[in-house]
Amino acid sequence: MSATRTLAPGSVAPATGPAPAARRRSGSRRLEELSKVLFVVPAALAIVALFGYPVVKNVTMSFQDYGLKTFFTGEAPFVGLDNYVTVVSDAVFSKAVVNTALFTLGSIAGQFVLGMLLALFFHRSFPLSGVLRALFLLPWLLPLIVGSAAWRAIMEQDSGILNLTLERLGVVDTPVPWLTSPNVALLAVVLVNIWLGIPFNLTLLYSGLQDIPDELYEAGALDGATGWRAFWQITWPNLRPVVSVVLMLGVIYTLKVLDIILGLTQGGPANATQTIAIQSYQRSFVEFTFGEGAALSNILIVISLVFAVIYLRANRRQVDE
Amino acid sequence: MTTNKITTMLTRRRTTRWAAVAALAALAPLSLAACGGGGSAGSSGGDAGATVSSLKVLDYYTDEPGKTQIGDMLNACGTSIGVGSIEREAVPGPTLIQKVLQQASSKSLPDVLMLDNPDIQQIADTGALAPLGDFGLTADGYAPGPVAAATADGKLYGLQPGANTIAIFYRKDVLEKAGVKPPTTWDELRTAAKKLTVGKQYGFAFNATADYEGAWQFLPPMWTNGGDETDLKSPQVAQALQLWKDLVDDGSASKSVVNWKQSDVNDQFIAGKAAMMLNGPWQEPALDKAKVDYGVVPFPVNTAGQTSVAPLGGEAWTVPMTGDKARMAKAAELVKCMNSDDNQMLRAKQGGLVPTKLALASQFKSEVPAMAGFTDAVGQARARTGKLGAKWPDTAKTIYTGVQLVLTGQAAPADAMAKAGA
Repeated sequence: MSATRTLAPGSVAPATGPAPAARRRSGSRRLEELSKVLFVVPAALAIVALFGYPVVKNVTMSFQDYGLKTFFTGEAPFVGLDNYVTVVSDAVFSKAVVNTALFTLGSIAGQFVLGMLLALFFHRSFPLSGVLRALFLLPWLLPLIVGSAAWRAIMEQDSGILNLTLERLGVVDTPVPWLTSPNVALLAVVLVNIWLGIPFNLTLLYSGLQDIPDELYEAGALDGATGWRAFWQITWPNLRPVVSVVLMLGVIYTLKVLDIILGLTQGGPANATQTIAIQSYQRSFVEFTFGEGAALSNILIVISLVFAVIYLRANRRQVDE
Repeated sequence: MTTNKITTMLTRRRTTRWAAVAALAALAPLSLAACGGGGSAGSSGGDAGATVSSLKVLDYYTDEPGKTQIGDMLNACGTSIGVGSIEREAVPGPTLIQKVLQQASSKSLPDVLMLDNPDIQQIADTGALAPLGDFGLTADGYAPGPVAAATADGKLYGLQPGANTIAIFYRKDVLEKAGVKPPTTWDELRTAAKKLTVGKQYGFAFNATADYEGAWQFLPPMWTNGGDETDLKSPQVAQALQLWKDLVDDGSASKSVVNWKQSDVNDQFIAGKAAMMLNGPWQEPALDKAKVDYGVVPFPVNTAGQTSVAPLGGEAWTVPMTGDKARMAKAAELVKCMNSDDNQMLRAKQGGLVPTKLALASQFKSEVPAMAGFTDAVGQARARTGKLGAKWPDTAKTIYTGVQLVLTGQAAPADAMAKAGA
């Protein structure tokens, strides 16, 4: 907004010129309007082609009987809400909804708290803090397939290093059935996802911390605000915009997590780690009922949208303040 | 004056930029159309007499040595039927069907397509494959399993040169030391597995993952006991579930079987953490490399008088409906050549398979005695899609879910399949 205002020298030209100049000016204004529109066109086209088309296609697919046959015959009969009825009335759906909620809440809580603590820790620079911080980014660099395969070996019930360590340390007496018990598998998957999400939270929160001027802390210290008090009175309020971005992106990323669960448990054992995203993937790419898969992913998009709206609302309130 | 000059200059420069933008904007829809449409290529027909200089082939043999072996065989067949070049593409197994779907929607299907046998009916059902009878090919003299898998609505859509299945692998040295004979009945399997469970070594290992692999591994006990995929709530199926449950409850098989793929099962066997396992002949190169001393017996029976029945594995060659008659005819010749007696024997020896032509079985057994345990099993092997056709995937999902419910204690064997959606 402010950029266009300063970049419009034509409009502040002195209005004392003769009549032809004025006509030229109104002509150039029309051209300018046109140029504004044209500058938007490429971006608009990109959005329509890369975001609009898939979303619209996904919505229409969810109302069609879109299966293997469609690819050969091109026919996808309209079936109304049938796909939605099928996926919602499936016995596993309610479980998938609960699991999606637990998975998202658990992952975000863990990632955020640990990421925040680490960010605060690294904010007071100390010898080798840079190297250590870089090491914490490793999970981010590892391909997800490799990460989940490694964790599958680590969490192996009989010979996995995690159980061996816990038993040696005397934390547990019997091996924990990380990926083989329906009661524990979801927790195991959440733990791996927390490990994966820490770098993202750490990096963003750390850079947010660096943006808070030191003078605030100095002034606070003079008024007696140190330690926890400084955190709640100075750090937290200043970090809030970053926090809301981190949380919102975190929720949207976590809702759609697929690879980790597929790599660790494939939604098992006994559907214990089924989420809406896994269901959508399986219906689309394992069972090839693309209409039903699209219906599920639309449900997921609506849930993501709810969080996006909450974020925008929260942001607007902050701006108003 | 100067302001005016600057304004005109700015305007002029902007005009050129606008022109570029406008040009780009005008081009965009064109390039989009080029990506999308696809058109109706290949529907030109072409008369059957025209010469065909090359054929496109798609398969999933991406790993050596299979990749080169199949490539060589395709090239040799191409030469023998007078097709100069074979344009072959191999994609990873899990992505094959997705690739075929992409090609189908852009009308660029290959001339010859390899399919895993349980997928044939589903793909044939869409109308994408040509009946091989149109080209004079039949499956006379083939084992019943591969024919059933490749037949939809009474028409044959694929020919499968080699077949495999799953059977019990056992460590000869370990069983000898423990004084245990390879099991022939379920009771013997349970006692043997229990006796062989010592320290870090489990008696038995199998795969019960939440995928089609887990369903496939449950078929030997289910079918051998007279269970049927059309009636999963039967007592025969429940008894088979009970066997899997007993083996895990006894401690003779790890609770981790719900998360072990067949390759994991093989790793456990190689590492000496399982004395017996249920697996297929494609694991043999890895076993030989690790110098494991192993034997193979068919899956045991529950009660005397039953015959061991195992599921049919292996891939078939099919001819997609590309619309070009001349090319399709040549493609059928290629499929025929890949299934010649010589090539069936060669492929079987190379790929740890059993020839599907029954007349070749005895010759094969005498030439490759190590595969004898599998040769009989393949003769009895039953196709997963034999009864249900394109509906098999739904049932397979019910089967693996039921197995997982039982093994994790969520349901009793008697009502697990009902709970899984049967």
